[in-house]
Amino acid sequence: MSEITLVQAINRALTRAMRDDPTVVVLGEDVAKDGGVFRATEGLLAEFGEGRVIDTPLAEGAIAGLCVGLAAQGFRPVAEIQFTGFIYPIIDQMMNHASRIRTRTRGRLTCPMVLRSPCGGGIRAVEHHSESPEAIFAHMPGLRVVIPSSPARAYGLLLAAIHDPDPVVFLEPTRLYRAIKEEVPDDGASLPLDRAFVVREGSDLTLVTWGAMLKETMATGERLAAGGVSAEVIDLATLKPLDSETVLRSVAKTGRCVIIHEAPRTAGFGAEVAARIAEHGLLSLLAPIERVAGFDTVMPLLRLEQHYMPEEQRILAAARRVLAFR
Amino acid sequence: MAKSAQSRAAKSGGDSTPEEILTYYRDMLLIRRFEEKAGQLYGMGLIGGFCHLYIGQEAVVVGMQAAAEQGDTVITSYRDHGHMLACGMDAKGVMAELTGRRGGYSKGKGGSMHMFSREKGFYGGHGIVGSQVPLGTGLGFAHSYREDGKVTMCYLGDGAINQGQVYESFNMAALWKLPVVYVIENNKYAMGTSVQRSSAGTELYKRGVAYGIPGERVDGMDVMSVRKTGAAALAHAREGKGPFILEMMTYRYRGHSMSDPAKYRSKEEVAKMRQEHDPIDRLREYILSNKVADEAKLKDIDREIKDIVSAATEFAQQSPEPDPSELWTDVLLEA
Repeated sequence: MSEITLVQAINRALTRAMRDDPTVVVLGEDVAKDGGVFRATEGLLAEFGEGRVIDTPLAEGAIAGLCVGLAAQGFRPVAEIQFTGFIYPIIDQMMNHASRIRTRTRGRLTCPMVLRSPCGGGIRAVEHHSESPEAIFAHMPGLRVVIPSSPARAYGLLLAAIHDPDPVVFLEPTRLYRAIKEEVPDDGASLPLDRAFVVREGSDLTLVTWGAMLKETMATGERLAAGGVSAEVIDLATLKPLDSETVLRSVAKTGRCVIIHEAPRTAGFGAEVAARIAEHGLLSLLAPIERVAGFDTVMPLLRLEQHYMPEEQRILAAARRVLAFR
Repeated sequence: MAKSAQSRAAKSGGDSTPEEILTYYRDMLLIRRFEEKAGQLYGMGLIGGFCHLYIGQEAVVVGMQAAAEQGDTVITSYRDHGHMLACGMDAKGVMAELTGRRGGYSKGKGGSMHMFSREKGFYGGHGIVGSQVPLGTGLGFAHSYREDGKVTMCYLGDGAINQGQVYESFNMAALWKLPVVYVIENNKYAMGTSVQRSSAGTELYKRGVAYGIPGERVDGMDVMSVRKTGAAALAHAREGKGPFILEMMTYRYRGHSMSDPAKYRSKEEVAKMRQEHDPIDRLREYILSNKVADEAKLKDIDREIKDIVSAATEFAQQSPEPDPSELWTDVLLEA
């Protein structure tokens, strides 16, 4: 079996879901004839035809609303929003309808839709094309928010998202699309949507992250190991619902925690993780929690982007401060 | 782009003067050569982010600016380099912004899609398809409120025309008789999706019918037609009769952005447009066959443009990079 990239894993999961379930339809801007700007939907039109792979007009709000209507009729729409900067008009539909249909109809209608969108920076692509809006969606009751960090997890989590009976916002880190390759068996197996993954075991320090930042966080873990520090790395993968148990279990063991994310710091999802630890694990802490995050500014153009991104040195510095605290 | 008294007279409906025709040629050529160079610099990795080239569509913005008055305002989306140059913004500042340098119009922090000049009446440069249309309507509202006799040219593409906020804007502009000319640049493809595959009703100039907004379809590959119809539309808006829609039938030769699989159209289609409808070639032929100027004069213009683009390119590579402290500026006004 050959190794595939994250974007190929997305493609594989979509293909598998469409083969297994005729109610799965894919729609979005340039997803059919062009196969998507990042080629995530390549080949779907040829295999499943225009009825199930739909090029839409440029109208993000209506794309999301259309999904809610389709889902209410028993379909499982998977919409692609080309970049997360184009997702903001959709917040109306996600907040007011998709996330509330189950509650509002007391369960008579549901909304099993998936909203896929490439997210995050590090691709020299400036605002609109480099944003990390996960916290905005995590704030909406009735939505799941998922961010994969490897080809295998992208495959399993996307299948789970499509099978899930409720709406899922599925954010795909653009800079990981072609950065990592691994074997991803096309076994149709889902991964759980309520569990964080411990991707590196350790006993001195807990590093919590998700999405593309896993790369730098893992590198930091290796660097610390070279200095004799044993860091545990957790990939949250599903932000909502948050698997705080896995985080708390780790912090109970290490007593020290750094949270890393690319989105702006203030009210970023790291604040929620830190609050959970403060609420339920305060007494196991040996040092204050630190957050390494993007700044409270707009994603800058290329020459300043490197200063915005929480690179390894910043994570390492935070880890050393937390480790040194007595 | 200085406007002589003579050129103002021409705007009342008469034909363009020889001097004006050469200005159109010069302005279109500047955009063409500037964009070709931007494409090269992108290929060399000197331009980050996005870069949507205007090559092929030059007659639209040059024709409209030829019909405009000093003080009129312009807003567009992300295929915007041509609009900036046609508004009279400095090629150096535009190119340096593309390369992310301090000397760029947005201090090297905005890039290709985000440049502005209040002095030249250019209000951006916006990256979200269709979202500039309510903004342009607001610019027009300001002209109306101030009764300053100016008009906003609000550009949008054939993809943007299917966004809901365009119609919310049309309704307000018609309701309040705002001086806005909506210029739809129909280059036939919304990224990779053709107008036929994305639009129910492909006569986009009729999209204002329900609001009582008049519209007209224009050969956007012919600068003279654009100027003539543009002048009439601007006059309509300027006289307080409300908005007007122009659908410019045009064509982009390059991809939507710099990475474009180009699966949605044939090479033959692009070649045919270039060979038979190129706005610069067409005007060049007109100039020579009507003896507006001779080959030598056109060569002088070519040389002048080449120098401007070379100087801009050099500036764009030598201007310093923004200081890292710029990351935190211009977010909120410092107390």
